[in-house]
Amino acid sequence: MREVDLYFDGTWEGILTSIFEMFEYKIMPLSLSHTAARQKGMFQTAHDVVSQQDKADRVKKGLIEKIGRNGYLELWHAFLSELPDVPLLIIRLARHYFQSEQPERLNFGHDLVLRLKKIVKSVSRERHRMKAFARFQRLQDGLFVALIEPDFNVLPLIRKHFQDRYADQRWLIFDIRRHYGLYYDEHTTSEVTFADPGNLANSRTLVDLYAADEPLYADLWKRYFKSVNIVERKNMKLHLQHVPRRYWRHLHEKSFGLDA
Amino acid sequence: MSDRIKEKLEILADAAKYDVSCSSSGSNRKNKDHGLGNTGAGICHTYTEDGRCVSLLKILLTNHCIYDCAYCVSRKSNDIKRAAFTVQEVVDLTINFYRRNYIEGLFLSSGIFKDADFTMERLVLIAKKLRREHNFNGYIHLKTIPAASPELIHEAGLYADRLSINLEIPTDAGLKLLAPEKNRKDMIRPMTYLKDQLIKTKEEGKLFKTTPKFAPAGQSTQLIIGASGESDQQIITAANYFYNKFNMKRVYYSGYVPISYDKRLPTIGTAVPTARENRLYQSDWLMRFYGFQADEIVNESHPLLDLDIDPKLSWALRNMDRFPIDINKDDYQLILRVPGIGVGSAQKIVAARKFGPLHIEHLRKIGVAINRAKYFISCKGFLQIYADKRADLIKSYILNSSKSKYTSSTTQQLQLF
Ligand code: SF4
Repeated sequence: MREVDLYFDGTWEGILTSIFEMFEYKIMPLSLSHTAARQKGMFQTAHDVVSQQDKADRVKKGLIEKIGRNGYLELWHAFLSELPDVPLLIIRLARHYFQSEQPERLNFGHDLVLRLKKIVKSVSRERHRMKAFARFQRLQDGLFVALIEPDFNVLPLIRKHFQDRYADQRWLIFDIRRHYGLYYDEHTTSEVTFADPGNLANSRTLVDLYAADEPLYADLWKRYFKSVNIVERKNMKLHLQHVPRRYWRHLHEKSFGLDA
Repeated sequence: MSDRIKEKLEILADAAKYDVSCSSSGSNRKNKDHGLGNTGAGICHTYTEDGRCVSLLKILLTNHCIYDCAYCVSRKSNDIKRAAFTVQEVVDLTINFYRRNYIEGLFLSSGIFKDADFTMERLVLIAKKLRREHNFNGYIHLKTIPAASPELIHEAGLYADRLSINLEIPTDAGLKLLAPEKNRKDMIRPMTYLKDQLIKTKEEGKLFKTTPKFAPAGQSTQLIIGASGESDQQIITAANYFYNKFNMKRVYYSGYVPISYDKRLPTIGTAVPTARENRLYQSDWLMRFYGFQADEIVNESHPLLDLDIDPKLSWALRNMDRFPIDINKDDYQLILRVPGIGVGSAQKIVAARKFGPLHIEHLRKIGVAINRAKYFISCKGFLQIYADKRADLIKSYILNSSKSKYTSSTTQQLQLF
């Protein structure tokens, strides 16, 4: 078995293709990194993976057969974390799963499995936070806009939630860190990007576009937030644990972080 | 107009905040016919500065009240600003907050104006408008006014996800002292009615798919802690009674916040018993998720919860003869009893040990709090050497090794096991 440094295009399809080629070429991967990080001619041992739909599909099918749909989704969710060690972790785990007779996904004594569970948990927490903290602002044309800056790329994971819930209003949720968003037109949700996302990234510029009642409801919400507080029980440590400061920028009740 | 609504919201949210329940769980209402909202996500959209979850728009319809319950800010004799929302105002606030993803739904309660039915009618009307006119499928929690007619309570159940009646004072004697106009029977009657309806709907639901929903998130109640000199044993016994007798989904415990100079109550400035409240929630969890009986947690010889350690550790120290538990052999239920092992870790242990015997290191990585669990377990490569040590010694070891955790008495975190 050859020990090799793998390079891929950064996509999920690329990860799946890498898994395929790992078996195809009997490769033992030492690393798996983005092609952009590749230094030309440096290593004899480099192998460039070119994403291929049919290989990716076969791996996906194989994984689902081996570890079930949830097991497959776990790997994908970990991928969305964008953490540097994750691509290699995923393909090493895939190898481990394929080669074992046991349902290794439940082996909580195994280091790789534990690392995966930990990442999946963080991603899931961030996904939950975005469901909670995305705040829509209503614009004059009736569109509801939420700007988010999640730690991980969780937009694909909250799509269904918002589509099911806000079925009768047009909305846009835009990830200003990754420069893309989801737009729902009361029928379907599609991925969107903007020529100049810089404008959107600043919630202040949205203010000019607000619907007439937007400031009123934003203000009512702030007042509500103040009024439900019980001063005698104040516990800022606990408060910050639940609503870490980095999320304040997009929350009215925290004055978009300006109180801090 | 907008200034008045702001003031109303401030008054009526402030008056509602002593009801600690803000749960939006237990219901699984789908968004139907391309309408607005659904339930089941159990989201806290923000947290107050005292660390409580804000999930619902929790308000009173009005804080006018004909009663004079001593422990309540809205009591008739209290000299405060009064306000009342119109039905349409509550509907508009709910819809507009919901559309902006501020909330999971509405929790509506009220002071009693005129009489019980008159008040209840308005609460029901709001829920009905939300469901019927706005096709709103978000969460609705309605407070049931004691002594309201069964017809109104039934109608409430058709629109609401959850209904609640707060007993507030856990003992009969306390209730007589602090709310002489109220009686326990008036509160128990609708609880019994709801329980029967809930069971009936469930049975019918099995037979007919079209059975209309009836309060799918069930009923809950709240007990005020520290207002009437009650013991923890009395509280936990009362809670246990509600869980068993009325199939309550949740019992909430609310540390009394002093709001009155009334001599019957703790004076203004007395600290809110948050540490005690926290221990009660932990006890509640032990009963609901850990298979503990009420009298294992508190009993005649141990009527008060320890404040310095959690109730699970406290039980373990009083029952050292039950340990050590063998991590690789003993049943899930026994593993759950080990201090330092929560539900999640216990499940992982049972799943992982099928692949081979577990060591201490495995347990640490799984997330077990070894500094507590180590006195109560044995596992591969780890023999129990503390088994014959005295409980008070073990307690002092644990307290010394985890100072910060047990000294921050204000923390309300529930995942402390
Ligand atoms: S009836 Fe309810 S609102 Fe009125 S004083 Fe008693 S507890 Fe307060």
